[in-house]
Amino acid sequence: MVDDLVPAPAAGGRAASAPLLGRDTEPTLFELSEPGRKAWQLRTTNVPELPLDELVPEAHRRAAPVVLAEVSERDLVGHFTRLSHRQFSVDLGAYPLGSCTMKYNPKICDAVAALPGLADVHPAAPTNCIQGWLELLVELEASLCEITGMAAATLQPAAGAAGELTGLLLMRAWHEARGDTRHKVVIPDSAHGTNPASVTLGGFEVVTVPSDARGCVDVEALRAVLDEDVAGIMLTNPNTLGLFEEDIRSIADAVHGVGGLLYYDGANLNAILGVVRPGDMGFDIVHLNLHKTFATPHGGGGPGAGPVAVSERLAPFLPGPRPVRLGQPSSPHYGWAAPERSIGRLHSWHGNALVLARALTYVLVHGSDGLRDVARLAVLNANWLRKRLTGTFDAPYDRPCMHECVLSATSLKRATGVKALDVAKRLLEEGFHSPTVYFPLIVDEALMIEPTETESLQTLEALASAFERIVAEASTPEGARAATEAPHLTPVRRVDEARAARHLVPTFDARSS
Amino acid sequence: MSGYTPHTEADVASMLGFLGLSSLDDLFAVVPEALRLAGGLDLPVGVPEPDVFAHMEELAAANRPCGRDLVCFAGAGAYDHEVPPVTRALASRSEFVTSYTPYQPEVAQGVLQAVFEFQTLVARLSGLEVSNASLYDGAASLVEAVNLAVGATGRSDVWVSHGINPSWREVLVTFAAGTGHRVHDVPLANGLTDWAAGVFDDLADPGAVVVGYPNYLGCLEDLAEARAVCDRTGALMIVAFDPICAGLLRSPGDWGADVVVGEGQALGMPLSFGGPYLGLFACKLDHVRRLPGRLVGETVDAEGRRAYVTTLRAREQDIRREKATSNVCTNQTLMAVTAAIQMGWLGTSGMAEVALRSARGARYCREGLLAVSGVEPLTTAPVLREFSLRLPLDSEMAVERMADEGFLAGVALDPSYAGGRQDGLLVAVTERRTRAEIDAFVATFEKAVR
Repeated sequence: MVDDLVPAPAAGGRAASAPLLGRDTEPTLFELSEPGRKAWQLRTTNVPELPLDELVPEAHRRAAPVVLAEVSERDLVGHFTRLSHRQFSVDLGAYPLGSCTMKYNPKICDAVAALPGLADVHPAAPTNCIQGWLELLVELEASLCEITGMAAATLQPAAGAAGELTGLLLMRAWHEARGDTRHKVVIPDSAHGTNPASVTLGGFEVVTVPSDARGCVDVEALRAVLDEDVAGIMLTNPNTLGLFEEDIRSIADAVHGVGGLLYYDGANLNAILGVVRPGDMGFDIVHLNLHKTFATPHGGGGPGAGPVAVSERLAPFLPGPRPVRLGQPSSPHYGWAAPERSIGRLHSWHGNALVLARALTYVLVHGSDGLRDVARLAVLNANWLRKRLTGTFDAPYDRPCMHECVLSATSLKRATGVKALDVAKRLLEEGFHSPTVYFPLIVDEALMIEPTETESLQTLEALASAFERIVAEASTPEGARAATEAPHLTPVRRVDEARAARHLVPTFDARSS
Repeated sequence: MSGYTPHTEADVASMLGFLGLSSLDDLFAVVPEALRLAGGLDLPVGVPEPDVFAHMEELAAANRPCGRDLVCFAGAGAYDHEVPPVTRALASRSEFVTSYTPYQPEVAQGVLQAVFEFQTLVARLSGLEVSNASLYDGAASLVEAVNLAVGATGRSDVWVSHGINPSWREVLVTFAAGTGHRVHDVPLANGLTDWAAGVFDDLADPGAVVVGYPNYLGCLEDLAEARAVCDRTGALMIVAFDPICAGLLRSPGDWGADVVVGEGQALGMPLSFGGPYLGLFACKLDHVRRLPGRLVGETVDAEGRRAYVTTLRAREQDIRREKATSNVCTNQTLMAVTAAIQMGWLGTSGMAEVALRSARGARYCREGLLAVSGVEPLTTAPVLREFSLRLPLDSEMAVERMADEGFLAGVALDPSYAGGRQDGLLVAVTERRTRAEIDAFVATFEKAVR
């Protein structure tokens, strides 16, 4: 058989064939600029062409036009297309970035978001012009409530962190309405950084509770910090170690016992879709990351959407205005309503609406059966990788995981000097995105791997082989050096982050100063 | 199984065998039986894509989008500017759409460089030295700017012009419940902030003074007055600017602003029923260590080649945790990339031209509407793209009547902008409105207000 250099097994999620690897730096738009060039074309309007000085008083006029860049449309397309070739993405290959749920993003969602009947609607249009949008939002809210086991939801928060802060303000308002002022919010030491940052902005003080040897909340330690000054607890379940908090009911009882509320951070909801619901676990407030679990997608860092669902007793406090169904069930119409004790508005308009339309599309295509399959296969993939890679790396919590597994490069580092960061960088040139490294903070040399349900067994095998090859190579001095100097084949080599902070160049214009 | 999960039955069997399990349910053995959802979610089963698309088309058909059948004269923070095919095409490249936050810069130079260019463009437009990589929307940028100013000055009183978008002010008040900031409203007189109103003489000096340019009513504020208030009190000056009007107007930085915030939707995003939009945020270099959200900086790689990376990371929530300057993580990166593309398309001449043509259209339209019997100006202050009117009828009713006739006539003003009455209307005109459309709008308006 002819060796045609096609790697076996052929894995759809491996990007080593991608022509991503330009060696030259792409100039900035400003360096491509040539005075006198232009790309713009605007509509012929025949509006009377009054001179500028009759339109804008002199005190308000710019002395000279703001200098942007002057490029042709062809230059513009070339530039941004080349930039796109210097960017890894889910469409290119597997992206097992723990905690980020980088699953495949169905293209139908793009088509839906581009429908003029959705995309070209003004957010302040009168309600008789937006009946479709209101119905869509009501339908999505009902679906998210069913998925989370909650009673009502706000769709306004634009991302997970905005959802967290919303939840904390709901907690504050709920306690205050009962004449109860509380100051503390409990979070586990394995929590995402957004949790403590949101707690501070919500006007509360963070109380950290340690994890036990199993990687779960230490229930006794939790009981020790619970008192009548605790407004609530923020939990991720499965937690950031990818482990299910089995004691969740006792935790819920303990927190409710002192009059506190339970907040569910939806970062890891993908693991439990259709299997178990936060509401049934005892949570009072839940945020969802639609850009993760519902693949809306992530856009290089956003836009996301972070709806917050709540139990019945918190519904009167939700942000407003809320989309509502009105009229007879046989002939409904839709409008806006303000909850009676609303904490107020959270977004300039109604949230990241087109992201919400994508999420509803995702829910409908999957349905109850498909969503449960998402969770099952995500957990299957993560456990397969965990078992396959245990031994290659340390397994600090050696038990079945949910949608992601956290391994450690501690032994590798001790034996060879190759760190988790080096493994991450070396993996990039194997055609895979890196896992999350050094998080959660409680695991030394952490490698947090979340394959998601959309990667095939063949891709997982190729990914595992790549990890194993990296570790095997590290046993020789040359191999270890190759890892610590990796990556070699990417558009740029290892980037000097310290210099970026020391000599801050935040704009092209700061280069010369 | 859906078309998005590649597992064959044989794959699943082999993987379960490898794990020593007999069924997929066994994967969840750790979940207490009593908690597990018996019978599954009460949702319909999955439906093939074409059927879902038909359902979504049906919902879309129940809306009235802006276009030939509903010509847009509404603004209030959401504007119908040109979004060319080239912006749509480049911004929908899947490398930009389906990537995560650029945590591994070696394979994220595309997004990082595009955001670096975005930061440069926003800095130039605002007249300040540093821009972040975006926030959720204009309101979120205002909230973060106030947090920065309160942190920098150690004072939690904030004076907010009534000329700030009322939705943004509501959001500011919502979040103040957590931070404890005290938000004070400074009234308008003839459409401009009345800093001399003297209502705050008995209050402590503010940490921030917030003013719009143009303001919510479209009026051009004398920012020298706001600057003087800041000089007198030691507050930071926060200006909510409009990136399109900035093509013609003196930059907020030039007026002395410390922080500039704005809604970037007009830079290449469709109306989108209000989102995803783009929060713009720029500040003086002095405040960069309090900057909320991500910042991209230029550096070099191991071979000395120019490269980009997120920087001053020690400000951010994943490192600083409860002491972070902000809790923001996911922002609106794809919208920032879109805005960079759109500003590249407009370039130096186009940026000024869009603002100029919008101003011409607004002037022509305003004169036409003011000639209608019973329609009066709400203010006589100078305006650019947007202006306010007093109608001889309830303005919500006027908007509904006009919609029946094919025009989105504007946004009904809260009574606090119209002397306590329900008859104020805010009208915006972009460079996309033709003379024929404006003439037809005015003629229809004349009938509708009768």
